[in-house]
Amino acid sequence: MIRFFANANYDFIGVRKYAYAVTGFLFALSLFALAAWRLNYSIEFTGGTLVQFKVDPSVQVDVAQLRGALDRAGVPGSEIQAFREPGSYTIRARTAKAGADADNTQTTAAAVSSALDQTVGQGKYRLDRSGAVGPKVGGELRTKALLAIFYSFLAVLAYLAYRFEWRFGLAAIVATAHDIILTIGFIALMRLEVSLVVVGAVLSMVGYSLNDTIIIFDRVRENLHKYKRDHFADILNRSVNETLPRSILTHGTTLATLTSLAVFGGEVIRPFALVMFFGVFTGTFSSIYIASPVLMWIEHKWPGAEARGVKQAARAAGAGEKREPVGAKG
Amino acid sequence: MVVTTLKTRIGIIAVAIVASVIALIPRAQTLRVVDSETKQVKDIQEKRVPLKLGLDLQGGMHLGLELDQSKRVSADPAKDIDLALTVLRKRIDEFGTQEPVIQKQGDDRIVVELAGVTDPERAREIVQRSAFLEFRITDRSEALDKALPAMDRTLQRLGVKAPTGAAPVTPSAVTQLLQGDTSKKQPIGKDSAVARDTTPVLGGVLSSLIQPASTAGFQLFPGEYLVEKGAVPLVDSLLRIPEVAALFPRRFEYRWSANDVSIGAKAYQLLYVLEDRPIVTGSSLVDAKEDIDPLTSGPIVTFELDRKGARDFGEGTGKNVGNYMAIILDDKVQGRPPVIQERIERRGQITLSGKTFQEARDLALTLRAGALPVPLKIVEQGQVGASLGADSIRGGILAGLVGTLLVVLIMAGIYRVSGMLAVGALGLYILFSLGLLSMLGATLTLPGLAGLILSVGIAVDANVLIFERIREELALGKTVRLSIDEGFRHAMNAIVDSNVTTVMTALFLFQFGTGPVKGFAVTLTIGVLASMVTAVFVTRTFYMIWLDKQPTMQTLSI
Repeated sequence: MIRFFANANYDFIGVRKYAYAVTGFLFALSLFALAAWRLNYSIEFTGGTLVQFKVDPSVQVDVAQLRGALDRAGVPGSEIQAFREPGSYTIRARTAKAGADADNTQTTAAAVSSALDQTVGQGKYRLDRSGAVGPKVGGELRTKALLAIFYSFLAVLAYLAYRFEWRFGLAAIVATAHDIILTIGFIALMRLEVSLVVVGAVLSMVGYSLNDTIIIFDRVRENLHKYKRDHFADILNRSVNETLPRSILTHGTTLATLTSLAVFGGEVIRPFALVMFFGVFTGTFSSIYIASPVLMWIEHKWPGAEARGVKQAARAAGAGEKREPVGAKG
Repeated sequence: MVVTTLKTRIGIIAVAIVASVIALIPRAQTLRVVDSETKQVKDIQEKRVPLKLGLDLQGGMHLGLELDQSKRVSADPAKDIDLALTVLRKRIDEFGTQEPVIQKQGDDRIVVELAGVTDPERAREIVQRSAFLEFRITDRSEALDKALPAMDRTLQRLGVKAPTGAAPVTPSAVTQLLQGDTSKKQPIGKDSAVARDTTPVLGGVLSSLIQPASTAGFQLFPGEYLVEKGAVPLVDSLLRIPEVAALFPRRFEYRWSANDVSIGAKAYQLLYVLEDRPIVTGSSLVDAKEDIDPLTSGPIVTFELDRKGARDFGEGTGKNVGNYMAIILDDKVQGRPPVIQERIERRGQITLSGKTFQEARDLALTLRAGALPVPLKIVEQGQVGASLGADSIRGGILAGLVGTLLVVLIMAGIYRVSGMLAVGALGLYILFSLGLLSMLGATLTLPGLAGLILSVGIAVDANVLIFERIREELALGKTVRLSIDEGFRHAMNAIVDSNVTTVMTALFLFQFGTGPVKGFAVTLTIGVLASMVTAVFVTRTFYMIWLDKQPTMQTLSI
């Protein structure tokens, strides 16, 4: 029988201060990345025009030529990105053609394609993907994305309050917020483009991280009934340890599929896989080191019916990290 | 567990498998396509797996449209958008594309999704064309010639005042002035533009730009005027200045020709002075067909009017025999107005000079479907090439296979025989997910495909939870049978709670998402539900079969 971390007995709660330091460092890094590079929103959110095309091998064209043609066509300042595959380019024009109605995407799209016709030549390139979004539509989408995250928070809080207790719900939400902030920092650090697919990945990551937290909380709820005289901190530690084999395995299979997606899934899916990949780690980290300590802190601050032993536990935990291991089995 | 007898369980699983397989068997589907030879829309039968693919996977285009009120303000936007929706449905239905999506989004937007479109420019044209058709009699009284001197005087008077910037020349008119004047490329200020462009010809600016006299061999019809192509925007903006517009002959309006006329090296556009009342409009049309003119072998569109339309048309043409009748589509005069030879009633034809047969067919199509109440503007558009879509599918399938293989190895390596049971359940999970997708008619998009592959990794979570629980129970010294029972029972809470929250986030994702993301949310929800059912129900049944075969099992391979 292969068992990972069976009968594990790590003092997760005891080392939470170190974990906070790690979190603090990652937060600082995220803020730095956000300040330094900002988020690179896709045209779906900012409005603008995108054209991805592959040039016929017989035609010689370089980025400077394309840029010149775009400037002449009235869409200056466009980003031009060359792919690894030779002859594959993406043009992103964030602003509308000068003097055109920005919400009427047609003029700008036409200007970009006329610039292509001039430099590359009509019929000498294959259009892989193109899109044009007016700023109005982009703005709406941004609002909707934020609302989706906000409402899903409320709904999860309500559900957890119903199934567990509001304290558990709040702790889970804090952990999830932590994950979202770090993930956004990761997106900024990796200079990933925030597209609809990436927002989808962030929301999936939220679901995954919550899932992980709930598995632990479920154990906590069970152990609270089982070990009625134990301290809260001990119960938290025991629960994290007991769910550890499951966590390792599930994260393992999830990372396996994500790796496969990142390697074979193609350009469009890769950012999704990367963001989720990071999400698996931060989700695991936050379930153990954020959700559980926050739950303990909440219990300490607003003791509930289950709050026995919290004060002593908090005091004991605060007294020193080299406390005796707790929650040993049998 | 509610269902306890093994036979019932096996029966339920068998039914689910059969249903999923049936849902996924390639079947004949009716596709509306354009015949490559005759260019006619026709319905064909083709066998394919009944899974709807999103635009990002099969290639195609989507358009977000809103009313364009910059030219004509809509009196009732809510009604007009519904009307436009109906018109677009009719048009696209005849356009020939597989399963087009035409729906309202919010209150003021129409979303059109056309899969497998190879000519996006043409699709855009068909969607956007207003197709407002009207017939008007051209002026024979030279009313404009008589009014021109007065208009020029007014312009001169305004021109003197214009340089101060207080002239009633609207900013848009000025930008038109600038764009229209091809000789001056360098940007110049608004005020100086008016001064420079108009002052030197103030003697009779309109008279000199509108040339009523025959220009070297070009015979003008009554009510027809030649304007140099470059000067068209200028003339148009001058005629729109309120003071000038007030002097325009009463009961007449002007329109531009759709096509250019070249005389020598110069291109001209024709200006038409027309009666302000159309004798009949496209709303009276009951049918329109593309055809070929036997005389010129050029493309034409023949049309048929309804009863009232025929009466109006007969009356209007009967009164005007010998006069010229302009055919106006979307405010542009099509071809040169023909002479009315005799009273015309039900049927007529529109000659399209310099157009292709394809264009004639598109015009007939849009005329049949009716005019858009208000022009539409494209606020959002997207296009994915079929080859990129095919690449995505190939990449997705490869990623799915490799990912599934890795998961199978991990599960079998760690949980041995129990792991193999989970792998069997995983296989059924994939089958059920795809079957459900097909049964619900959900669309599989690229993010959805990614979600499905990801869910293979996450789907085993329920099994992992159960197996770990069983291991714990076994470690407590319980019998195999009891450990399995307890393992399933204790893992249930965690499985339900964690999956409910995932479905909740997916629902919000569905709520806010557009096309591809919606597809992702649907796939995720289906994946979570299917994984719960297979992990809890199917794996349990497998265990029951196993225990049934070896009732005296002492150690469990887990």
